Amino acid sequence: MTTALDTRAGTVPAARTGRRRRAPGWLAAVPLLAFTVLAFGLPALAMLDGAFTVTDQATGATSYSTANLAASLQGAYLTALVGSVKLSALSAVLGALLGLPLAQAVVTSRFRALREAVLTASGVLANFGGVPLAFAFVATLGNAGVLTRHLGLADRGWDLYSFWGLVIVYLYFLIPLMVLTITPALDGLRTQWREAARNNGATTAQYWRHVALPVLAPSLLGGLVLLFGSAFAAYATAAAMVGSAVPLVTLQIADALSGNVLVGQENVALALSLDMVLVAGLVMAVYLPLQRRSARWLA
Amino acid sequence: MARLNVWRGAVLGLAALYFLVPLAASVVFTVDVPGRGVTFDAYRQIVSTDGFGSSLLLSLELAAATIALVLLLTVPAVVALRLGAPRLRAVVEVVCSLPLVVPPIAFVAGIATVLKWGPDHLSRTPLFQTFVAVQNPDFPVVLVLAYVVMALPFVYRALDAGLGAIDVRTLVEAARSCGAGWTQALLRAVLPNLRGALLNAAFLTLALVLGEFTVAQLLGFRPFAVWIVAVGGEQAQLSVAVSVLSLLVTWALLLALAGAGGRTRTASSRG
Repeated sequence: MTTALDTRAGTVPAARTGRRRRAPGWLAAVPLLAFTVLAFGLPALAMLDGAFTVTDQATGATSYSTANLAASLQGAYLTALVGSVKLSALSAVLGALLGLPLAQAVVTSRFRALREAVLTASGVLANFGGVPLAFAFVATLGNAGVLTRHLGLADRGWDLYSFWGLVIVYLYFLIPLMVLTITPALDGLRTQWREAARNNGATTAQYWRHVALPVLAPSLLGGLVLLFGSAFAAYATAAAMVGSAVPLVTLQIADALSGNVLVGQENVALALSLDMVLVAGLVMAVYLPLQRRSARWLA
Repeated sequence: MARLNVWRGAVLGLAALYFLVPLAASVVFTVDVPGRGVTFDAYRQIVSTDGFGSSLLLSLELAAATIALVLLLTVPAVVALRLGAPRLRAVVEVVCSLPLVVPPIAFVAGIATVLKWGPDHLSRTPLFQTFVAVQNPDFPVVLVLAYVVMALPFVYRALDAGLGAIDVRTLVEAARSCGAGWTQALLRAVLPNLRGALLNAAFLTLALVLGEFTVAQLLGFRPFAVWIVAVGGEQAQLSVAVSVLSLLVTWALLLALAGAGGRTRTASSRG
């Protein structure tokens, strides 16, 4: 008994200091992980479960099948999915093509204040999606919008509540996002490379073709993918602006969820959500390695 | 060189045109009403319109609760993981980035499914009361939970970048050597050094919650962004006026953040 006490007395302080140093390491992360499991894991699992569950309308019996997923890839749902992919791809490409020269103009500028101002504004605008953006454009280019009235755009067939209308609105937050993503890469282009190319007799076009663009390629692609993901997930802007005039997967999910179309379509909405998660997952799977690759040049 | 300047000027000019015209036009739209001339009625009406105060208050309350919860969950975790358990750090990084893969609309579809379990399966268990309480329209806790998840990736990145710029281990060890307890070391040595990152995370969360529309609308709650759309159906001038105002407020917040963030960024690039 006494010896047992003695050994305990001898080991406890050591054990306690040992635990003191280590315990917070994982203990402090437990609430965070538990919360994510509850608030994120539970809905994610529910979505997965619902996407594969089919309820028999007559008997009420449920069974697992891929019928919902198949339904989500047919008819109006497929149109919406394709519409979303088209819209996101087109706005991402345009956003990247327009964002690159803007970023280059800012990076090569001698005025530090201009650079800071544009980058700060980009940070603000990239986060400025959603409802206010939709209303700003309705006020500008909508049916009763200021520009529409004063320039008589309606007579020339202009319609904001269309595919191209959405592209113009989406570019408002996609171009700044591109500027933010590509500026570090443009900063990484060393002046020495340009000078070395010129000393070897390269023209500006050749410099861009053989030196700058290959170095920028991973960042450009990464930015493109990020823009695509951002446009693909956008819902608030489209919902506040076009209602359901343009078929988009986010609008379809919202309709099916709120029972606007047919009763019992909730599980198809979950299958559509799963489709979206797969696309978004693909985007991230492409983006992260590209980001790592481009980081190599910026070190 | 001159050719370059012309080119640069043209690019910047076009960009300025595209980004400034909608803002200017919004203001003109609210002030210059056809047939009535210049009037500021739209702005005067805002405060007296039904639901303005309650929805704005709800959004602010949600934002405060979300910021408090997300910081309470992440700060101890990221600091502790910096000090030890590098393997778990990778896990937490992945877990915190996962919400990026699930678009808000897909996330809310999952939440709606879970919430339906309440009446469907749990109506006789004590858990049912929790489901009801979580969806209280006066203060929907479920929105706070959803917003915390949506804010996690940004908050984690902001904090991780902030922690990368300071030597946490030395700070904590110094505090511990001077006799401080763990909480004291965290609150009085680490957190003051993280002020920029914390502000950054808080502002990002605030902007996210104030502008959030998808989750709230589909779960049937009425914070500020949902209210603006509801009002827009009847009074276009008013909704644009509110949008302009909310935009200015969000911008002021984000500009403040950009100022704070810019300073931390230069600090970290030097270190």
